[in-house]
Amino acid sequence: MSEQEYIPKSKAGKWLNDRLPILTLGAHLTDYPTPKNLNYWWTFGGILTFCLITQIVTGIVLAMHYVAHADLAFGSVEHIMRNVNYGWLIRYIHSNGASMFFLAVYIHILRSLFYGSYKSPREVIWIIGLMIYLLMMAAAFLGYVLPWGQMSFWGATVITNLFSAIPLVGESITTWLWGAYSVDNPTLNRFFSLHYLIPFLILGLVILHIWALHVPGNNNPVGIDIKKPSKDTVPFHPYITIKDAFALLVFMIIFAGFVFFTPNVLGHSDNYIPANPLVTPAHIVPEWYLLPFYAILRSVPDKLGGVILMFGSIFILFVLPWLDTSKVRSAVFRPIYRQFYWIFVFDVLMLGYMGAMPAEGIYLVLARVGTIYYFLHFLVVLPVVGYLEKTDPVPMSISDPVLTGGAEPSLAKKDNGKI
Amino acid sequence: MSKEEKKVNRRDFLYTATYTVGAVGIGAVIWPMIDQMNPDKAQQALATTEVDISQIEPGKSITVLWRGKPVFLKRRTTEEIAEARAVSLDDLPDPQKDEDRVKDGKDEWLVMLGVCTHLGCVPLKDKGDYKGWFCPCHGSHYDISGRIRKGPAPKNMEIPKFEFVDNNTIKIG
Repeated sequence: MSEQEYIPKSKAGKWLNDRLPILTLGAHLTDYPTPKNLNYWWTFGGILTFCLITQIVTGIVLAMHYVAHADLAFGSVEHIMRNVNYGWLIRYIHSNGASMFFLAVYIHILRSLFYGSYKSPREVIWIIGLMIYLLMMAAAFLGYVLPWGQMSFWGATVITNLFSAIPLVGESITTWLWGAYSVDNPTLNRFFSLHYLIPFLILGLVILHIWALHVPGNNNPVGIDIKKPSKDTVPFHPYITIKDAFALLVFMIIFAGFVFFTPNVLGHSDNYIPANPLVTPAHIVPEWYLLPFYAILRSVPDKLGGVILMFGSIFILFVLPWLDTSKVRSAVFRPIYRQFYWIFVFDVLMLGYMGAMPAEGIYLVLARVGTIYYFLHFLVVLPVVGYLEKTDPVPMSISDPVLTGGAEPSLAKKDNGKI
Repeated sequence: MSKEEKKVNRRDFLYTATYTVGAVGIGAVIWPMIDQMNPDKAQQALATTEVDISQIEPGKSITVLWRGKPVFLKRRTTEEIAEARAVSLDDLPDPQKDEDRVKDGKDEWLVMLGVCTHLGCVPLKDKGDYKGWFCPCHGSHYDISGRIRKGPAPKNMEIPKFEFVDNNTIKIG
């Protein structure tokens, strides 16, 4: 199973592998020892890879028909929808694909938070993952601007104006981003260029993400270090590939449901109105996946403060592995953290809802409470709980509790229904 | 050996010189790559707009596009001017006299960028708690002089550089 031992059977394979050990890599990926207790929350890595490839393929096709010009962009998108063969299908896959990508990445991140996958020795995997997440948000924002509808234009205006909050150089940076004195044709052109670039940067980071994963190997629902290979592991192929494939099929059914039955439900009807620099739509909201951050931005009654907290809410995740002081990874054995975990999930969902509502009255109050709690969770709850919590006994191996009835007989049951 | 290490020799000089020249060279290449994103000459050429204001009645306003941004031109009534000047500077988050926001002797003409200083939306006229402008995006209220009174916007709406070419024409920019 070890990669050093791999010798290609055919003469041609041996010739190639001596010059470029790509068959060794293939053998490593096939035999890669994986914890045998991985549940379906672990299938989202494969699902996310599928999402990335889908976005790249449909995006390349759309770029063959799209025109990145302020006067022509809106019309060219309608041209794709009405005239290009299957253009409607490809565009709906691409636009809903962005939402599905974020749905999958949020589940992937929440799985990591529940099972402590970000903890030592996997901090670098976590940080690369966050860089991918940041690039995803940038790509999604840039892509949303391209149809040059009202939401495109005003979304671009609001987001680029975030940089004007930077003291002294803010205005110059905003003008530099625009290439004009407002969001205009030069802005659209460069956004298209960058929107095409970012998915390939993500692809590069995904390779590093997987490389870094393959050094310590997968975390698992009980969150313990395991011997590899051993009776606690199974080879990646066929055991994990078939499980991933099944999960992917279920995911694709949901994806197809959006594409074929409600392709516009996640979008905003104002984006079917061409961009007009003289009129701002009455109610500007970002796409659903950015709403919690939007709520944090609006909850602060100060421009610079709002921008700092919004970016801070993402950047705080980068130091999460050092804020969580508990040595136990999986929340299965952390009775106190487990409760705070669900409060945190609720808090983020509530912030998302507040981000979609007008910033006034009770919505604003709740958004402020949610924002404060968001930061308390990372800065106070995680460090303190890590010290004070009495964790449940952790099994010595994955097989232990099942075969010997050892450390925690109710373990299997406890794990059910948890994320 | 250690004595030799401490001595600055030809090789140290070569390293330092190589790094220096390399850094200057990279800087010289990077700057054009960054500066190409700034507004080009075609954008800069759109820097002035002339507006005919002869048709605007007192109390009315028009919106024109300058550098891709809306500019509000409002011909204010005497009551509105009086209201703007009655406000105490202590009540303003960004204190500025109404007199400083208009041209001397042309008090009725308020010419300002119709861009909210929060995140760049276009405020709606005759709305909000101060009967001036109201930004629907994040709820900033401006008074009849375009000064911020309430909400997340940090500054008054900006007064662009403009001049009266004659009594009926304003040149913005």
